[in-house]
Amino acid sequence: MAAVKKFQSILKNKEVSRPLITYAMVILAYLIIQVLISGGILSNLLQGLLVPLCIYSIAAVGLNLCVGYLGELSIGHAGFMCVGAFTSAFFTKCTMNSGMNEMVRFLIALVIGILCAALAGYLIGIPVLRLRGDYLAIVTLAFGEIIMNLINVVFIGRDSRGFHFSMKDSVSLNLEEDGEAIMNGAKGIMRIPHQSSFTIGIILLLISLFVCYQLVNSRTGRAIMAIRDNRIAAESVGIDITRFKLLAFTISAAIAGAAGVLYGHNLATLIATPANFGYNMSIMILVFVILGGMGNFRGSVIAAVVLTLLPELLRGLSDYRMLMYSIILIIMMLYNWSPKIIAFRERHFRGKLHKKEEKEVA
Amino acid sequence: MPLLEVRNLSISFGGLKAVDTFELEIEKNQLYGLIGPNGAGKTTVFNMLTGVYKPDEGYIALDGQDLIGMKTIDINKAGIARTFQNIRLFSEQSVLDNVKIGLHNEYPYSTLTGIFRLPRYHKMEKAMNEKAMELLKVFELDKKADVLASNLPYGDQRKLEIARALATNPKLLLLDEPAAGMNPNETQELMDTIRFVRDNFDMTILLIEHDMRLVSGICEEITVLNFGQILASGETKTVLKNPEVIKAYLGE
Amino acid sequence: MSFLSNLINGLSLGSIYAIIALGYTMVYGIAKMLNFAHGDVIMVGGYVVFNLMTGQGMNPLLSVIAAIIVCTVLGVVIEKIAYKPLRGANSLAVLITAIGVSYFLQNAALLLFGSDVKAFVSVFNVKPFRLAGGALTITGVTVITVISCIVIMIGLMLFIKKTKSGQAMLAVSEDRAAAELMGVNVNQTISLTFAIGSGLAAIAGVLLCSAYPTLSPYTGAMPGIKAFTAAVFGGIGSIPGAFIGGILLGVIEIMGKTYISSQLADVIVFGVLIVVLLVKPTGILGQPIREKV
Repeated sequence: MAAVKKFQSILKNKEVSRPLITYAMVILAYLIIQVLISGGILSNLLQGLLVPLCIYSIAAVGLNLCVGYLGELSIGHAGFMCVGAFTSAFFTKCTMNSGMNEMVRFLIALVIGILCAALAGYLIGIPVLRLRGDYLAIVTLAFGEIIMNLINVVFIGRDSRGFHFSMKDSVSLNLEEDGEAIMNGAKGIMRIPHQSSFTIGIILLLISLFVCYQLVNSRTGRAIMAIRDNRIAAESVGIDITRFKLLAFTISAAIAGAAGVLYGHNLATLIATPANFGYNMSIMILVFVILGGMGNFRGSVIAAVVLTLLPELLRGLSDYRMLMYSIILIIMMLYNWSPKIIAFRERHFRGKLHKKEEKEVA
Repeated sequence: MPLLEVRNLSISFGGLKAVDTFELEIEKNQLYGLIGPNGAGKTTVFNMLTGVYKPDEGYIALDGQDLIGMKTIDINKAGIARTFQNIRLFSEQSVLDNVKIGLHNEYPYSTLTGIFRLPRYHKMEKAMNEKAMELLKVFELDKKADVLASNLPYGDQRKLEIARALATNPKLLLLDEPAAGMNPNETQELMDTIRFVRDNFDMTILLIEHDMRLVSGICEEITVLNFGQILASGETKTVLKNPEVIKAYLGE
Repeated sequence: MSFLSNLINGLSLGSIYAIIALGYTMVYGIAKMLNFAHGDVIMVGGYVVFNLMTGQGMNPLLSVIAAIIVCTVLGVVIEKIAYKPLRGANSLAVLITAIGVSYFLQNAALLLFGSDVKAFVSVFNVKPFRLAGGALTITGVTVITVISCIVIMIGLMLFIKKTKSGQAMLAVSEDRAAAELMGVNVNQTISLTFAIGSGLAAIAGVLLCSAYPTLSPYTGAMPGIKAFTAAVFGGIGSIPGAFIGGILLGVIEIMGKTYISSQLADVIVFGVLIVVLLVKPTGILGQPIREKV
């Protein structure tokens, strides 16, 4: 009995119950899908979507930290995914024939991808976070595009003499006979071992959720939200604005990097195109965040999953997918932010509340 | 030595002198008023004291420490906390969290400690909660600890701002029109609270106020600003009888 | 000589950026929002001309006029439906909505016109100018582009200085509340701003597609973002600033493409944006603003 009571009191505390429900949902979804797979019910098409679902969910959770909690709009997060994907895949390619245990190798690749994305986030954050609002958004976009374009001109090869680097073409790497071009400019990295799996994706998603939930319910999280709610007041109570902005942005970039690592090891060939690492991807992830609710991590995951699956399930709809996203996005923004609509809703909603109270009094 | 010493403080915006050779001396534990018509430069003085604006010239010292050129956060750490004329709460967070943000630097623990809920996290959070509730009790906000700050009535929001400022453990508290928008009863209560804070927290308080009842009721000394310049300063009663001061107010 | 011809290409591209940037800068100055969808209005203008001229065989001039009308109406409608309800809301919300509109236009075009890249036939039938005994050729489009840009900029400056509506725009951009008190119809002024900006976008679309004769649903996106860069570069809110920023950015892009690396042209352009915003966030001709506490 005591245990039940304790459990009930835990569930009453939203700070505690909210993450628990989210973790439970993710795990339950994982188990159901595993059963469906072993039952042979899941089509190949859907099975192929499982890892991308994890990638989008993780990226959306990470971006939500930046948009929902820090209150800064980044439209360059695909750039951090790009960094995570390429640095980790590069490491994997370099150590492919070293006889290292595959799992250990992937773990190291994961850490490298996350750290490099975090570093990119940190370095970009230092100048960018001095800017405000629209300017900040557009500069994150600019950095995202720069990262993607730079990746496309980088050539790195390796032969018996060591690594060779060029920004022109693969010929100017001057590789020996035994050499191999690992990064091939616009052709990207080829023949990467397929190491991302649904299980790994779910584990990474759970870790990302854990880090984000624990972070926002701590001293650091309160400081981050204080900056969002009122920067001047936060400064006046001695909160180091730059430090906490940078911290939140870096963690957000690191999580995007984790999503990138998953992406980089999911397909044999990794190339950077506007479709996968351009600002269109950043905007798609932003759509997940907005639709799931700013500051609502669970919502980000649900939105990412539903908005990816729905068009696939309703085949005829897939042409209209992007159009639907855009319309939903506009309507959601108007519904949630328009001063007139908010006033209307409050009148309507408050009216109901009052009636309810009256009933209770009676 | 006075707790706060301000000498020759001036700032101009676009060629206009907003504050001109402002001087101020506040002794420890004093309740000091800064009054004057709208646009006289009172809030600008606060903004210079807290490092929001950089004065063109002048000297500010708290407890002998030169504050000129310091950033807002460092000035807060040095011991000045403030409230705002147009209330600035962390509106999307609870009343309790607002005060806990004020306690940010008093009960530190690292981000990793927070993420992994290490023992220090529990220890600090517990201490923080106790301290915050203690402060809220002073302002009779303890029962509303879980309410979202933006849902508080106006008077409570002003009180919460004071509680949050006090949480940073300042030596000097700046209150920018604490009674604005309050009815006479609330103002009376606020006066008692301000006195209580001064006595129980051993606090020095500088306040901007338009409500003359409050000013004459609790301020021992005042300075009157008009068009950025000091019109008069000294003991409250004497200054309020000064014909120039009366003229400035009637002429408003 | 090749340097000169590159410079002229840069001026031509820069003129297109400048025309787009004028739309950005006016909307930013008056409605205080970054109209992310502005670039996509360009694309709509391009499609209108393409469909009327190549599809229906309409007279080029008439189709350009039709495009201007369509884009003007589109701009006003977008403002009314998507942006006006958000006046006074968080600027983040407005920006995200604008991104939504941009996304909508691109995907609507994708469904209506298909994803294939159309070969755009230049609207202008002007013979190239051969200078220096044929060593330097300037295409007709280039000349028309640069001239249009200068005419538009001077026209806009006169409009703002000399007309009542122009003065109203100036008033709203400086202090919306005060302008309202003075009897300026703010809603009408903002609508007019969007109308002018979108009309200019149509012209920019025609010039862009004539100079770089391809057209797809994504044609407007990149030039749009780059033109915003130009507007920021020149100092957002300033009309001569948009002109200078546009020209400079066009020249920088073409020179970078030629003398550094064609693949890094975008990197260079965005690098310029970042450097400008960090070193002088108000741009070349912008004015600083002080935050109220």
